[in-house]
Amino acid sequence: MAADAFLTWLRREGRIVIVGASLAGLRAAETLRDEGFEGSLTMIGDEPYEPYDRPPLSKSVLLGKASPAHTELPRRRPVDAKWRLGVAATGLDMAAKRVLLADGDEVEYDRLLIATGVRARPWPRQAEAELDGVFVLRTRDDAAGLQRRLMASPRRVFVIGAGFTGSEIASACRARDLPVTVAERADAPLVGALGGVVGAVAAELHRENGVDLRTGVMVTGLEGDSVGRVRAAHLSDGSTVETDVVVVSLGATRNTEWLAGSGLGAGPRGIACDAGCRAFDFRGIVTDDVFVAGDVARSPHPLFGYQFLSLEHWGNAVTQAEVAAHNMISSSTDRRPHMWVPAFWSSQFGVNIKSVGVPSMGEEILITQGSLAERRFTGAYGYQGRVIGAVTFDNSRWLQFYQGLIETAAPFPPAFLTVDRRPEGRQPVPADFPDPSLPTHGPTVTLSGYSPADRRLVFKPAHP
Amino acid sequence: MTQAPLLRQITDYANRADPYPLYAELRKTPVLQEEDGGPFVISTYWDIQSLLHDPRISSDASNLTAQRDELTEQEEETALPPSFLRLDPPEHDRLRRMTNRPFGPPHSPRRVHDMRGELAGIVSGLIAGFGDTDRIDVVDQFSYPFPVTVICRLLGVPREDEARFHSWADTIAAGLDPVPGDDPTERNRVTHEARMQLGMYLAGLVEERRKTPGDDMLSELATSHGPDGPMTTMEVLSTAALLLIAGHETTVNLITNGMLTLLRHPEVLQRLRDDPRLAVNIVEELLRYEPPVQLVPQRTCIADIEVRGVTIPKGSSIWLVLAAGNRDPERFKDPERFDPDRQDIQHLGFGSGIHSCFGAPLARLEAQLALTELARRLDNPRLVEDPPPYRQNAVLRGPRHLNITFDGLRPQ
Ligand SMILES: Cc1cc2nc3c(=O)[nH]c(=O)nc-3n(C[C@H](O)[C@H](O)[C@H](O)COP(=O)(O)OP(=O)(O)OC[C@H]3O[C@@H](n4cnc5c(N)ncnc54)[C@H](O)[C@@H]3O)c2cc1C
Repeated sequence: MAADAFLTWLRREGRIVIVGASLAGLRAAETLRDEGFEGSLTMIGDEPYEPYDRPPLSKSVLLGKASPAHTELPRRRPVDAKWRLGVAATGLDMAAKRVLLADGDEVEYDRLLIATGVRARPWPRQAEAELDGVFVLRTRDDAAGLQRRLMASPRRVFVIGAGFTGSEIASACRARDLPVTVAERADAPLVGALGGVVGAVAAELHRENGVDLRTGVMVTGLEGDSVGRVRAAHLSDGSTVETDVVVVSLGATRNTEWLAGSGLGAGPRGIACDAGCRAFDFRGIVTDDVFVAGDVARSPHPLFGYQFLSLEHWGNAVTQAEVAAHNMISSSTDRRPHMWVPAFWSSQFGVNIKSVGVPSMGEEILITQGSLAERRFTGAYGYQGRVIGAVTFDNSRWLQFYQGLIETAAPFPPAFLTVDRRPEGRQPVPADFPDPSLPTHGPTVTLSGYSPADRRLVFKPAHP
Repeated sequence: MTQAPLLRQITDYANRADPYPLYAELRKTPVLQEEDGGPFVISTYWDIQSLLHDPRISSDASNLTAQRDELTEQEEETALPPSFLRLDPPEHDRLRRMTNRPFGPPHSPRRVHDMRGELAGIVSGLIAGFGDTDRIDVVDQFSYPFPVTVICRLLGVPREDEARFHSWADTIAAGLDPVPGDDPTERNRVTHEARMQLGMYLAGLVEERRKTPGDDMLSELATSHGPDGPMTTMEVLSTAALLLIAGHETTVNLITNGMLTLLRHPEVLQRLRDDPRLAVNIVEELLRYEPPVQLVPQRTCIADIEVRGVTIPKGSSIWLVLAAGNRDPERFKDPERFDPDRQDIQHLGFGSGIHSCFGAPLARLEAQLALTELARRLDNPRLVEDPPPYRQNAVLRGPRHLNITFDGLRPQ
């Protein structure tokens, strides 16, 4: 069949399968229908629920303001799909274009989208991880369990890891007036994602809100009582914290195991794909019928030296899904690249935190507006003389401007005056990211791969 | 034939009824400086949008150092300090935050919502006041008194005093209307005077509210002690003046422009009558299509900035023509069409960034209720003249009168 004829056929009566029925999967399905795909659509998800939203799980749900059973994602339009929920995909036969399911079924596709996301990294010692009262937080069920336990007024909650999720959990506990201890291997919360300068502000936030924050320590073990309930956590500084709830918040693992042996370029860092969301096979050859989107994807970004980025960001999942869906049913000249500038938000201790770009690549930070002391500021991150990322604390209305600086590879430090530039914003200081050889949990971005640094790159965002 | 500069044509009253062709002309030169020392005029959507988020652009009157423009001096000298509309962070943020506490989320999430019943009551009262007639002036009999009554109730300003501060508010709003090349002295004196009078009037009220606070915003502003501490009396006064004037001068135009547009599109009016839920989208589209604030003439750049290859030097005055951006074909499909079903509708009607309209939630609700009720109650309404006579103001643009006839009032 000629390419054109194939495409026409595909759009009219082709079979598209989406594995991973969550944010990226749903948005892709909607986009496919929006763009006129009339064929059969199958959504495979191992969770028994219709697609729901995860960010509220560590925010409004833990605060008791939303029910974990009611964070369904709003539907943009009907998708008319065959839903296979509660059943995992267990394998992929690329040659036969078939997805194998845990219940023994097989589903054939003409185009496949993989959006299996990530899962919470569990506490590494299994026996301890299985103690009653030990939680992770990724799914609706996790949130329901944790929420129930918090309602029962535990004596203390112990959070392992002060990344975004861990910090949000601590914040929710304090809002409910529960005693909470946070243990973090680095010297401050959020350092993996935002560096030590901003981490110090986060540490203040924790402490001022009554969190018992322990930094520079590791949890060496969890201890249970005779009936298998967690009762204490032991720390590397020799101390012990009595607790009846432990939340393990150590970042995430990509859901790629089911692709082992499939020949796809999938591994612990995710599934490599090109800027058009087409998956690479393990030989580094791009496939034409397997696409990837969301947290599980790893794709090269021209703004960041074509390094492969994997992002655990809500907005990234949405836009990548839209691009993938569009490209799945478009001819090669109509395809679009996914050049979304990474953006992330969090809310904790009443502060709205947002970032754009890739702060963790930053060598230096300049507080361009506001002040760290007031906890209301904008910081720009510099990398090799250009602006690579920005963060705001309660100052997000300016963020779009900094995104523009990142997109245009503007020089760092920005030399111009801004409204609300204070004395501390005159000189950049080291952003103070931990030595990358010492892993912290859960940076929101991981970088890998070779990069020919091209600073003259011009990147004009495609306005809708 | 030499054309008058575009900016003069835009401020020229003769073009008030339909400035949109001029805006289209403006967009051909997205960064336009027509006269040496004159403002840089920005008219396309993406440029306006990004300048509204640009920290090199200041709203603080005292930053107009290059050519201090008449407007700012006059404000500086008045008894009232600038409101947060004319301040930069951190002062802007602090005052806006404090003002927001009694008004919106997170501290008062239901304030606007809870006014719904009261607003509906005011609307039916006004419609009842039309009496036994088949002809009204929508402006004088409805779209002016409605938001004014609302803002008075919200602030706790006696409605009886309205006649007094109406003329002050009018004068102050007129002062916002930049007439390039005009001799500003007399206008400044008058505006100054009006601000003084309004300030003194409000000072009396604040005094009373401090002694016997009510649940109105003025009482809360005058007595609250949030994490930012209390507002100074002068801050309370300038904030109250800002809200009062905004309540007088913008929603009026939103409602009137809305009614005018609906009367020009009777099929949409009919649809709204049949389905009040359409009001939400109609109001958003109106904010795009006929925004009550047409342009923002009060920004200055505090550093050299480049827009589309043009360097705007530090100290220059910048005009952001929101209404032109709202009809930018690069941004909106079929922008000159009033389309109540439009989905992609991120308009600039309320601005954007840190100065985006403070009263937006209230203005939206007012306009939705007002237009729905007019559509429902008026039987076969028709325009008496099209275009209607406009107000002088080019910035806060709207009809001065909107005379309509109808066959009668439908029952409640
Ligand atoms: C508690 C929490 C708070 C967050 N807060 C924020 C925030 O504030 N801001 C932000 O930007 N982002 C936030 N995120 C991240 C955001 O939720 C993710 O980026 C987003 O969910 C990614 O969507 P996705 O569809 O790619 O992956 P996921 O949402 O992880 O969905 C993948 C789905 O695939 C399923 N699946 C996996 N393997 C298989 C298989 N073999 N077969 C079938 N199905 C499978 C999974 O069970 C899951 O349902 C948060 C995440 C969590 C967990």
